[in-house]
Amino acid sequence: MNRGLDGGSQTVVAISDVGKTFQAGTTALSGIDLEIGKREFVSLIGPSGCGKSTLLRIIGDLIEPSTGSVLVNGKTANQARRDHDYGIVFQEAVLYDWRTVARNISLPLELAGWDRRRRSARVGEMLELVELTGFGDHHPWQLSGGMQQRVAIARALSFDPSLLLMDEPFGALDEMTRERLNLELLRIWEASGSTIVFVTHSIAEAVFLSTRVIVMSARPGRISRVVPIDLPQPRRASSRENPRFFEYVTEIREALHLGADLDRQVAAADEEVRAQ
Amino acid sequence: MASIAVERPTQGAAGVSATARRIASFLLVLGCLWGFWELYRWVWSSAGWTWPFRVDASTMPHVHEILHALAQHPTSGSGQILAVQLLKAAGFTAKEAVAGFSIGALVGFGLGVAMSQARLLQRGLLPYVVASQAVPILAVAPIVVVYLGSLHVAPWFSVAVIAAYLTFFPVAINTLRGLQSTDRRALELMRSYAAGRWYVLWKLRVPAALPFIFSALRVSATASVVGAIIGEAPSSIQSGLGGYIVNFNQYYTLEPQNLWATNLVAALLGIAFFLVVVLAERAVLRRAPENVV
Amino acid sequence: MSSVQPTAIQPRRPGLLANRIGRRVWDWLPALVVLAVIFAAWQESIDLFHIKKFLAPQPTTIASTFWTDRGQLLRAGWFTFQEALGGYAIGCGLALVVGLVLARWRGLGRALLPYAIAANAIPIIAFAPIADAWFSPFSKTSKMVIAAVLCFFPVLVNTLRGLTSVRPSSIELMRSYAAGEVEIFRRVRIPSALPFVFTALKISSVLAMIGAIVGEYFGGDFNALGVLINSKSSTFDFKEAWAGIAVACAFGIAFYLAVALVERLSLRWVPSTSE
Repeated sequence: MNRGLDGGSQTVVAISDVGKTFQAGTTALSGIDLEIGKREFVSLIGPSGCGKSTLLRIIGDLIEPSTGSVLVNGKTANQARRDHDYGIVFQEAVLYDWRTVARNISLPLELAGWDRRRRSARVGEMLELVELTGFGDHHPWQLSGGMQQRVAIARALSFDPSLLLMDEPFGALDEMTRERLNLELLRIWEASGSTIVFVTHSIAEAVFLSTRVIVMSARPGRISRVVPIDLPQPRRASSRENPRFFEYVTEIREALHLGADLDRQVAAADEEVRAQ
Repeated sequence: MASIAVERPTQGAAGVSATARRIASFLLVLGCLWGFWELYRWVWSSAGWTWPFRVDASTMPHVHEILHALAQHPTSGSGQILAVQLLKAAGFTAKEAVAGFSIGALVGFGLGVAMSQARLLQRGLLPYVVASQAVPILAVAPIVVVYLGSLHVAPWFSVAVIAAYLTFFPVAINTLRGLQSTDRRALELMRSYAAGRWYVLWKLRVPAALPFIFSALRVSATASVVGAIIGEAPSSIQSGLGGYIVNFNQYYTLEPQNLWATNLVAALLGIAFFLVVVLAERAVLRRAPENVV
Repeated sequence: MSSVQPTAIQPRRPGLLANRIGRRVWDWLPALVVLAVIFAAWQESIDLFHIKKFLAPQPTTIASTFWTDRGQLLRAGWFTFQEALGGYAIGCGLALVVGLVLARWRGLGRALLPYAIAANAIPIIAFAPIADAWFSPFSKTSKMVIAAVLCFFPVLVNTLRGLTSVRPSSIELMRSYAAGEVEIFRRVRIPSALPFVFTALKISSVLAMIGAIVGEYFGGDFNALGVLINSKSSTFDFKEAWAGIAVACAFGIAFYLAVALVERLSLRWVPSTSE
């Protein structure tokens, strides 16, 4: 099965000419064009302040773009949100302490009006998917950080959304846990057949997980480079030792540095203009 | 998260207009309260409604009557206009409250520190620190005043002791909580320097507990005023606000506005105490104003 | 919050009943020792501090006075407790409703919060005589009003603070599910405000009892505890007064403990309460 670029015959996310200027006057994003196909795994990577989290939230209709438009599954982002088309995972697990693990996972199902029997069956499946069977009755604070994040993933997938948005989901975890969860995420992606948009700071993580990496640069946030990752699927821990893996990492690192240099030049030019 | 915009407060010239807006909204709220009072009064008295209570000149005097009373010479008292008498009384009560607040805050802080240092002490004392607040201090007040009087303690100081009794509790509880919630990493850092117990206490735990302590002091500031007022009432101290309240209460049917005016001054005194602590807190902690609630 | 914690998956072992009771006793032993010491010192050292016996009678005297007059004292305590409970219910109930309204329309809430805080700094006890002028001093209503006003502001301030200090990401999650404002209140804001609310409810339980007694000081029903204590101490019958004070404490503490118990039962999920 080849799940590279050509896997996306249907477009899941279509972003055209999106820009975002906040009230304080900072331009977070400008002129973003991006199409994401079905079953793609797309990573957004870039320095702090490049607007990658903002872009993710615009796709999820948690923030409104100042210009341009976003279509998710052919609908407006707002309609897609109302139709529960996507699940989201934040950097923090954002679990509700007053709910058990099982009830945290079933939260979106309750909101979507599933009945109790269907909910509990589904929660069982999800716990199995993220390998937390037996922890349903625990409270979130009784779990480790990695386990909490797995619960958050289970919650995001519980209602079987076609799109999964992830905002640095493993950023707060240690390297070992992170690598394990990376593999687990790929397994889940495989099993659930969903499309994933993934924000990260880590070049290696982006290359390892993605079918395509979007490199962004800051001030204003824009796409500076798109790198399709053509490593064999399914990925395994050994994929990290593939020479192509290192080539991709280098390519993206250089793209990031180029962006940073450009930033500095722009800033210097600004200074000059201001000095005159 | 880098991309979430932080709304920056606009600075410079806007700061002045923000203050102006604040004052305007304050006046607006006062005006609304006044309007609501008079409207309620008018509706209830013209409709003749008696629920929840009958509205007439004695139950709800006009606001302007209350303000007017401040400039009048009340039938009882020293013969000065009411406003002057009440300001003096407020000063007297404030003296008691400040003394009580200081004693109470020190005792509370000491108790908090002691309880934080010895678990046994905490187990032994904490239940009583909590239970102490269930004692109706007003009922004990005359006994305290008579007893301390027999030791030749000035009556106003007896009242200060009563105020201290209401003050110490929040400070003790919050000092304990604050001292116990020091960041573990900061403690470990101190440990790595092989810092001694007292050094850690004064250089790390107490500074870290300051926000907790200040939030208790804000509560205590009001409590000390309450303690001073209710301490005066049963102690037959005439020169403070509590004395005036007892006195004007007896003449309420004749001159209700006097009691209202006294309560107005008492309310302002309570708020003034609170604000002083808030300002002290800002000076000491230099925190953003939003956190000071 | 959900920061990385070292794995903490210890299923709570119920343990043997005897063990648990043993631990409880051990927890409370120091407190009991302190109590015994206080009573013993009080009993023996009254002469030492030149406390006149009629002012602070020995605990045994107070106890025997209580026992002789237990019927009257408990009836008076129950009467006053009813006032406190009524005021508590009214004050806390109103505060919760107003808190919800102000949290729903946050602009209004933000504008009014400073005034609620300022009102909380007013010595409301001073208004007890006015409540007597509004309602008959001999009615329960006048005391309930004072108790209610005393309870209102702490509960309002804490409710509002609890409802509005939810982590933004918790709200964002609900918005990603297209949840409406009502759902967000029901499933996020209210549960996360509960610890704040209960803190205020506990403080208010004690305030309500004190409010009722202070209200009675300015005049009240002959059967009321505050009136009883006041009349006994003004006739220098201090052992009766002390017995009355003890009853007042007992009712106040029992009220507090009852609220604390409800808190414990309804906040089982809070890490610190479910130890």
